[in-house]
Amino acid sequence: MLLYLLRRTLYAVPIALAVSLVCFSLVHIAPGDPINAIVPADAPQEVVDQIRREYGLDKPLPVQFGLWLGHVVQGDLGRSLATGRSVWSDLSVAVLNTLRLAVAASLIGFAVGCVLGGLAGVFQGTWIDRVATGLAVAGVSVPHYWLGMVMVVIFSVELGALPAMGAGPTGGGAWAWDWAHIRHLVLPAVTLCVIPMGIVTRTLRGIIAEIMGQDFVNTLRGKGLLGRTIFLHVVKNAAPNALAVMGLQLGYLMGGSILVETVFSWPGTGFLLNSAIFQRDIPVLQGTILVLALFFVVLNLLVDLMQTALDPRIKRA
Amino acid sequence: MTADVLPAALAPAPRAAPGYWGGVWRRLRRDKVTLVCAGILLLMLAAIVFAPLIAPHSPYQASMLRRLKPIGFPGYPLGTDELGRDMLTRLIYGGRLSWYLGITPVAIAFVVGGLLGVIAGFAGGWLNMLIMRVTDVFYAFPSVLLAVAISGALGAGIFNAILSLTLVFIPQIIRVAEAVTTGVRTLDYVEAARASGAGALTIVRVHVAPNVLGPIFVYATSLISVAMILASGLSFLGLGTKPPEPEWGLMLNTLRTAIYSQPMIAILPGLCIFVTSICFNMVSDGLRTAMDVRA
Repeated sequence: MLLYLLRRTLYAVPIALAVSLVCFSLVHIAPGDPINAIVPADAPQEVVDQIRREYGLDKPLPVQFGLWLGHVVQGDLGRSLATGRSVWSDLSVAVLNTLRLAVAASLIGFAVGCVLGGLAGVFQGTWIDRVATGLAVAGVSVPHYWLGMVMVVIFSVELGALPAMGAGPTGGGAWAWDWAHIRHLVLPAVTLCVIPMGIVTRTLRGIIAEIMGQDFVNTLRGKGLLGRTIFLHVVKNAAPNALAVMGLQLGYLMGGSILVETVFSWPGTGFLLNSAIFQRDIPVLQGTILVLALFFVVLNLLVDLMQTALDPRIKRA
Repeated sequence: MTADVLPAALAPAPRAAPGYWGGVWRRLRRDKVTLVCAGILLLMLAAIVFAPLIAPHSPYQASMLRRLKPIGFPGYPLGTDELGRDMLTRLIYGGRLSWYLGITPVAIAFVVGGLLGVIAGFAGGWLNMLIMRVTDVFYAFPSVLLAVAISGALGAGIFNAILSLTLVFIPQIIRVAEAVTTGVRTLDYVEAARASGAGALTIVRVHVAPNVLGPIFVYATSLISVAMILASGLSFLGLGTKPPEPEWGLMLNTLRTAIYSQPMIAILPGLCIFVTSICFNMVSDGLRTAMDVRA
């Protein structure tokens, strides 16, 4: 077990490096001289030359990657072309906002998905199963940015019950868990939760159906145990897989919330990415993608380790 | 006269045993949901292919006088958009780009990813290591993020959107193709073919390909729905298609300003994406069941 933990962690290092390499190349696949992607177009020639030397853009690519990586591990993701501020200062606020949204969405999605998937698995082949499965398919098929607009039409325009945009009175800079803030979180979180809801429902339905078909459940029934006790046994068997699916979904939501954040003007990484794309602010784009991708790598690692630790049936060395 | 002396011509002709595809077709025919969804998709396909014949107006002709007319406005059954263009026409024409952007990346990824995956699975060894470790790297990105990253760096445009989406789907298809190929490679009949002296190419062509294509194909069809949502999403972000081209995601974006005045019109393009995407998902699920693929 300990050996596996070590090996799996070590394996994440080359992946993280390769992910950084992909992010590094983003500047180079952008059309034009990469220096134009880093300095504003109207910068004087001396500044351009200085930055070129500083970033080592006059050196061969492998050296450039090393230098860039050196900057990154020190927390220096470069400067935004649009604002001139360091990328990290904006990004650190945005990451927290996205994390709040993604955690809220995956918790809601996980809860609803567990109920639906559990019901569908237990009552397989009945109308309950069909409704739950239908909702799951709808959840993974719906363009969530559109669902966001529909939510705004219903709850903001027609009912006037919830705000359509923003992250509350402080504009996302300082978050508090009070109603003034949370009411801004409701619509984006509910919109975003349909994806994990659909996937958790589908996965859990499969797992539960498989477990219910196993001999030990029949044995429990034969022993005359109550439904509740059997339910506990089933939950214990399904939990590691279900939790792993939810963990990964959190990562997908962190990276995938860009569209929903754009719809609701939620001041997170997606919103940052969107404005970076509009202004062709490549350093912000690169830094944000890098941080989100590395978050996903670490999350993958944690989910793997957690699943191994939770599930005694998985033997890894 | 007993039955056993009946002339052969009078005996009931032995019916040909239904083959694999016969079985698939029989199961599909009984699956009402899949058939209805496939029917909707075919109707849509017909509409976008024959768009110039059935669309009542030009998709580009704008008019300041009839901006954002409601649904049912005389002459404009689905109203008009923020520039006064006919919504019905633009939705029909919009399907062309949306379908193109959704299907092309999956089709390319099916060919490229399928090929690489089968090679990795069949060859094993260092080639497998190489292909699969590179796949792991791209797999380490959430798909939306990777698509946004690549097309964000490359800039807007249909070609860039297709390129980035293809790169998103290739690793996913490689994984499935590699897994099923590895499963088939060790089966007895492949061993038997090798023992009787068949070359690697022959084995792949005759014994491996027919057995792995089904699962890879079914998996690829399940990606079309994701691809459509992602492609329209890229256009929604201003990557992908550029105005004034009609495309559902882009239309959804430009109509966002109309969400307070004409909400019903503003949500129409998204409804098209939703219906298409759910139909592709249902058809893919139906195919999976009918072809008896477990993946």
